[in-house]
Amino acid sequence: MTKIRPEHQSIVVRFAGDSGDGVQLLGAQFAESTALAGADFATFPDFPAEIRAPVGTTFGVSAFQINLGARRIATAGDAPDVLVAFNPAALKVNLPLLPKGALVILNTDEFNERNFAKANIRADPRETGALADYQVIEIPIKALTLEAVKDSGLSRRDAERCKNFWALGAILWMFGRDRAPMEAWINRKFAKAPDVLAGNLAALHAGHAYAETAELSAEIPQFEIGAAPMSPGDYRSITGAEALALGLAAAGELADKPVLFCSYPITPASPLLHHLSRMGDLGVATFQAEDEIAAACAAIGASYGGAIGVTSSSGPGIALKTEAIGLAIAAELPLVVVNSQRGGPSTGLPTKTEQSDLYQAVYGRNADAPVPVIAAAGPGDCFDAAIEATRVALRHMTPVFLLTDGYIANAAGPWAIPDMADYEPILHNAPPQAPDSDDPADLKRAIWARDPESLGRPWVAPGMKGLAHRIGGLEKDIETGDISYEAANHQAMTELRARKVASVAKFIRPQEVEQGPERGPLAVVGWGSTHGVIWRAVEAARKEGLDAAQIHLRWLNPLPDNLGALLRGYERVLLPEMNMGQCATLLRDRLEIGVIPLNKVSGQPFKIAEILDAIRAHYPAAARTPKPAAVGAAQ
Amino acid sequence: MTAPLTAKDFATDQEVRWCPGCGDYAILKAVQKTLADIGANPDETVFVSGIGCSSRFPYYVKSYGFHTIHGRAPAFATGLKLANPDLDVWVVTGDGDGLSIGGNHLLHALRRNVNVQVLLFNNEIYGLTKGQYSPTSRIGTRSPSSPKGSIDAPVSPCLFALGAGAKFIARGIDTDAKHLGETLKAAHAFEGAAFVEIFQNCIVYNADVFSSFTEKKVADDAQIHVEHGKPLLFAKGAKGLRFNPQTFRLEVAAVGEGGVPQTDILVHDETNPALAQLLLSMPQPDFPVALGVIYRAPAAAAFEKGFWAGRARPGERAGRVADALRRGSVWTKKAG
Repeated sequence: MTKIRPEHQSIVVRFAGDSGDGVQLLGAQFAESTALAGADFATFPDFPAEIRAPVGTTFGVSAFQINLGARRIATAGDAPDVLVAFNPAALKVNLPLLPKGALVILNTDEFNERNFAKANIRADPRETGALADYQVIEIPIKALTLEAVKDSGLSRRDAERCKNFWALGAILWMFGRDRAPMEAWINRKFAKAPDVLAGNLAALHAGHAYAETAELSAEIPQFEIGAAPMSPGDYRSITGAEALALGLAAAGELADKPVLFCSYPITPASPLLHHLSRMGDLGVATFQAEDEIAAACAAIGASYGGAIGVTSSSGPGIALKTEAIGLAIAAELPLVVVNSQRGGPSTGLPTKTEQSDLYQAVYGRNADAPVPVIAAAGPGDCFDAAIEATRVALRHMTPVFLLTDGYIANAAGPWAIPDMADYEPILHNAPPQAPDSDDPADLKRAIWARDPESLGRPWVAPGMKGLAHRIGGLEKDIETGDISYEAANHQAMTELRARKVASVAKFIRPQEVEQGPERGPLAVVGWGSTHGVIWRAVEAARKEGLDAAQIHLRWLNPLPDNLGALLRGYERVLLPEMNMGQCATLLRDRLEIGVIPLNKVSGQPFKIAEILDAIRAHYPAAARTPKPAAVGAAQ
Repeated sequence: MTAPLTAKDFATDQEVRWCPGCGDYAILKAVQKTLADIGANPDETVFVSGIGCSSRFPYYVKSYGFHTIHGRAPAFATGLKLANPDLDVWVVTGDGDGLSIGGNHLLHALRRNVNVQVLLFNNEIYGLTKGQYSPTSRIGTRSPSSPKGSIDAPVSPCLFALGAGAKFIARGIDTDAKHLGETLKAAHAFEGAAFVEIFQNCIVYNADVFSSFTEKKVADDAQIHVEHGKPLLFAKGAKGLRFNPQTFRLEVAAVGEGGVPQTDILVHDETNPALAQLLLSMPQPDFPVALGVIYRAPAAAAFEKGFWAGRARPGERAGRVADALRRGSVWTKKAG
């Protein structure tokens, strides 16, 4: 049979089932096999807030989407070309996402009256015509799995749980992927449970064999997605949380300081805690505090003690840390605050993504209390963002916000493994010599002698000989650090804190244009996790003949010095963000630049088509040249 | 060789700004003397505090010091000890700071057994915010925020500590410098979280709230200084505490002629948490107030010891990030 080569050399596959069906594991392993085949990919795990919602319900549906391609992949894809649905609820929830003609693989064992009722489906969708626009393949995955693993010694319940590996086997065949690395992984992962290991292996092989040889197999298509054109080098698959953890460890190594990560469990930030807790050999320790406040305070205590204090949470937890962050600002101590943003307000949408904590990071503290804010653009970029955030925290002796989000934290993609030799050491302002003087004022001045460029003070930690001094949250004298309620001094200190954060702009790269012209009719400005989707949308627009540009912001506070002039070079600026216009406010506030906002707060990432449509809609009519439109929608 | 430091060497150049007659002055003196007595190294000593009158303490001790935010001193101290376990860390807090806004952090620092000394100055009132009732105020306390008298039951700091799993619990009185000094030394010698409640007189907002047992003329009868291995006697030995197995309670008994033999009197066992519970629950004025080291559990590893287990010093690196980047599956894209 001939293999299908998708039009855009890429294909979007979505696995959906109960949160207990193991679709996240299935997806992650399929991504791994994709990576090993050299294809590019991006994943999007989309899971419910409930750990184990009632079986068969729509709100318990967990999904994993992967876009894989023999070309550069920028997003997890707008719409699935292939849906694997393990039960009626999964079909019901995901059907609206599918374009006409999509391939739907159903686990028919679960298509019964009981499950229709649980999913609030009145009639079997296979018989109502609801699936008329799709290619449907019906497979009794559960029954075939039970049959395949019957010799493994597993209970029926455990045997059933092997069905994600059965599906993995089938999908590996569909994409012509090698089974050996998956076998090796199963052997490693389940070494301590031989019966589970045997069951999973049997299911994997059975699924593969079924797809290859079963009578039905004429209907099961095979796809050809070859290797993607990537720069030569070594790659691995990485999620944002993993990259961030490694980045913090790397920052510690580059600074030659211990990293103390203090955190309290919260979705979707906890994976960072989990990854770091396994990095003890890299000079990292994790402290699970009693609450968010204690986590921030312990991290500041660690920084005071000469380690790199890091705290992490999501919006609601960051809110609790706010007062402590103010103390780190006042005491001029380094701190990295990671916010894996999620939908809000309040508990909001814990497992869904949003970019709505930008105000919180830039403006969200009592008093004039500025902090630098950096946002990671994607999973791999979390590594560099962590190093950069730490570098700024130590150089300027200030808390730094590092914004990521639920999407970046859990999404994976191939990552060119960086060479640590390419990174400059992270420096800080060294402690002074204890002055040879009986006048306490001399010691105080030495301790508060700030670097004229960065305004960072020397990092003096308890235990350092002859430098004992007192710090705190009360306003302090700008020269001696003594408590001061003096009016002019508070004015001077407030201005100093503002200048210190502004000075970060002197050390960061000027804003560059990612694609498109440096002046022109329309720039699409983004920040954070929208990088990939904007990249693809602008690329598609350019292929249509629209001379659009992409500009992606990394530092949000301060903004790069050249950003204002750069943005004024465009007739219009379109700003897609997953909030109600927070970065738009920031640009208006800081640069007096008005933008066209494109806001989405559905808990789901942008689709390429949504941004492309906005580019088309807002592209100045006068700038349109009569060029033939070449390519249609892409993903 | 330099001369050993004296209490004066632990005074800073800052003007002390507590109200005249405040019990904090006496505590400051006792602490400074203790630091001299134990040969503390100012470069390795840190006072960490939260917010409140007591929390101004670090500004007046010539060592390292960190005046943090309300209630959170134990959390800062924990992070500091994890970063540098060699430091000698003292947490100074009050009844509002440590038991109201910061109750949670105190609970966890105690149960984790972080090796710090926690000095809780209890004056049963909010001083710095001008006199509102606190979580240790007795029912009926009239204050600007409770003009008709407070109605909430107070918490006992030491019973809270015992419930939290503290392994060292002691009590002292601000003005009893000698006894307080001995108690502080014992707290310092303990490896783990050492909790010391200090009855501190707020001369402005809650004057003499403890006078029923701190006044010189009643002290003998109203205080019992407990010492491990010694009988629980007070009133110059004329009275003692004995255990009634029928009621499972302590009783005050006259000792000697006309009273019970001294062998009936309980001997203090500071390792017994049940006895600690009884000593800390004695109602006044029928019973004396127990002072000194009430509970000291057998040695257990301090939290920061376990935290860095297997590593010689914080942040010691056995591996390199360059290698960690390659953990798991790595594939190579060849040129061309």
